[in-house]
Amino acid sequence: MSVPAIRLTGLRKSFGAVDAVAGVDLEIADGEFFSMLGPSGSGKTTVLRMIAGFELPTAGTVALAGRDVSRLAPFERDVNTVFQDYALFPHLSVVENVEYGLKVRRVPRRERRDRAVRALHSVQLHGFESRKPAAMSGGQRQRVALARALVNRPKVLLLDEPLGALDLKLREQMQVELKAIQREVGITFVFVTHDQDEALTMSDRVAVFDAGRIVQVGTPEEVYERPASRFVADFVGTSNVFAGELARALVGRDGTFAIRPEKVDISAEGVPGVVAEVIYAGPVTRYLVDLDAGARMVVVEQNRRPGRERGQRVRLDWHDEHVIEIPFSGKDGSDAH
Amino acid sequence: MRRYLRLAALLSAPLLWLVVAYLGSLAVLLVSAFWTVNGFTGGVVREFSLANFRTILTEEVYRNVTLRSVGVAASVTVICVVLAVPMAYFMAKVASRRSRPWLVIAILTPLWASYLVKAYAWRVLLAPGGPLESLFGVTAGYGLPATVLVLAYMWLPYMILPIHAGLERLPDSLLEASADLGARAGRTFRAVVLPIIVPSIFAGSIFTFSLSLGDYITVQIVGGKTQLIGNLVYANIGAANNLPFAAAIACIPVLIMVIYLVAVRRSGALEEL
Repeated sequence: MSVPAIRLTGLRKSFGAVDAVAGVDLEIADGEFFSMLGPSGSGKTTVLRMIAGFELPTAGTVALAGRDVSRLAPFERDVNTVFQDYALFPHLSVVENVEYGLKVRRVPRRERRDRAVRALHSVQLHGFESRKPAAMSGGQRQRVALARALVNRPKVLLLDEPLGALDLKLREQMQVELKAIQREVGITFVFVTHDQDEALTMSDRVAVFDAGRIVQVGTPEEVYERPASRFVADFVGTSNVFAGELARALVGRDGTFAIRPEKVDISAEGVPGVVAEVIYAGPVTRYLVDLDAGARMVVVEQNRRPGRERGQRVRLDWHDEHVIEIPFSGKDGSDAH
Repeated sequence: MRRYLRLAALLSAPLLWLVVAYLGSLAVLLVSAFWTVNGFTGGVVREFSLANFRTILTEEVYRNVTLRSVGVAASVTVICVVLAVPMAYFMAKVASRRSRPWLVIAILTPLWASYLVKAYAWRVLLAPGGPLESLFGVTAGYGLPATVLVLAYMWLPYMILPIHAGLERLPDSLLEASADLGARAGRTFRAVVLPIIVPSIFAGSIFTFSLSLGDYITVQIVGGKTQLIGNLVYANIGAANNLPFAAAIACIPVLIMVIYLVAVRRSGALEEL
């Protein structure tokens, strides 16, 4: 493997007595679309801010393309950031916002105007050059912020929950566009999000954060299909987790196991239970089933046949290969639901 | 109907105050500026006359005092801006979050102290052989520089507070974005912070400028023989007993402030007040 675009070694950040980041080691390859996923307060944004240089690490190093930049100021690092609130300069027009970085780096006037206009073109904002940010919609501001970062041709683009403020439709559209832009420019994207769908659909690899640490790194498929801990199984998607006696009853051995709701069939054979709740969600229906063995399971079924009703007795079945054994980790414990 | 009655009840007291006390006194000022005083009896002659304004425009002393007053007000404003911008920046962006409210209180407390006490305190400080001279070996003494100095001290909080408010509304992410795009601190300050707080600076300058333009007490206490517009008004009310002429002189700062407000309106300063 060549030199990674980003290498984090033993990275820590404390704010007073609180460890926001408690030891992160990570390598992100050149050209990768890498997501940092976790609940709020899990340290993912702080890690991003340390890569950008807005926060200095309490311990550990940040290396960009093999060069240690841990102590350098943001303006000395070859990365650009798309901020959660976009952080567009309100007193400058759209094109002036986009050419700000080029102007600071003393790119000649004509060239920088050319590049700024082209960057706006690539995010479908031609014709908006002389507008003020205040006169644009959230989605348009988002694109300006993206153009303003990309026009500098950074080695790494950092995105701090950039789609958080957009409505669902626009967000889905921007997910596709971001992915396309990333493939086109071929630079490394580091994308911070708390939305697991977003992380799974866009990323080459995902790091799942919990309490200031990375608990799992892998492709979206790996993280979803083989969660490394109970936390990951719960946070990424929905899981039916069983441990202890329940595990012995349902799986036949000791340990902690998880099975995804869409991998469970309601069929003629299998474990008996009662439908406790029916949640209709358009293409699928979600059933909460109380098993006679004493656990509640979530089952997702496509709406291709008549649904079940509350109180109906059903049997649940699944294939053994879909049962995920979760490795024991002290913190997760083996407490049963 | 009831809605209008309630609205009328709510607004009648402030409207009465505004029309009678506020606009009324201004109208009286404007009208009496066109009256004159009988030279023998000292009584006010209530006939329209442009004599007061003719005197003000033709006699050099009034032009000099006007220019001096505007100069003092402008200098005070510039000094206040130069001192207030870094101070407000420190308070809003650099100081720790815990100390910020205390810094605002520290800026506000001098406003609770009596104006006269502060002016006389400066008289003591500036006195020949006083604390300033024994500490630094020099003192501004009493005169025009002392007037500018003390007025700048008096009105500084009125400049810091609007700038501080403007900076508090400026998101930190804008400063980070500027650094992220390659700008050092100085560049960020010039290209991002300053343009955004210009309306706040103008808002503060409306206070420092108008307060300086109307002052006649500080200049009496530390100004030595210096005369400003306020002194002329005061002298004509008191010693000269020429109320109409005092009113005519008082129209000068009003006119200057109107011109100033129209000039800064375009910057958006009036929305910052």
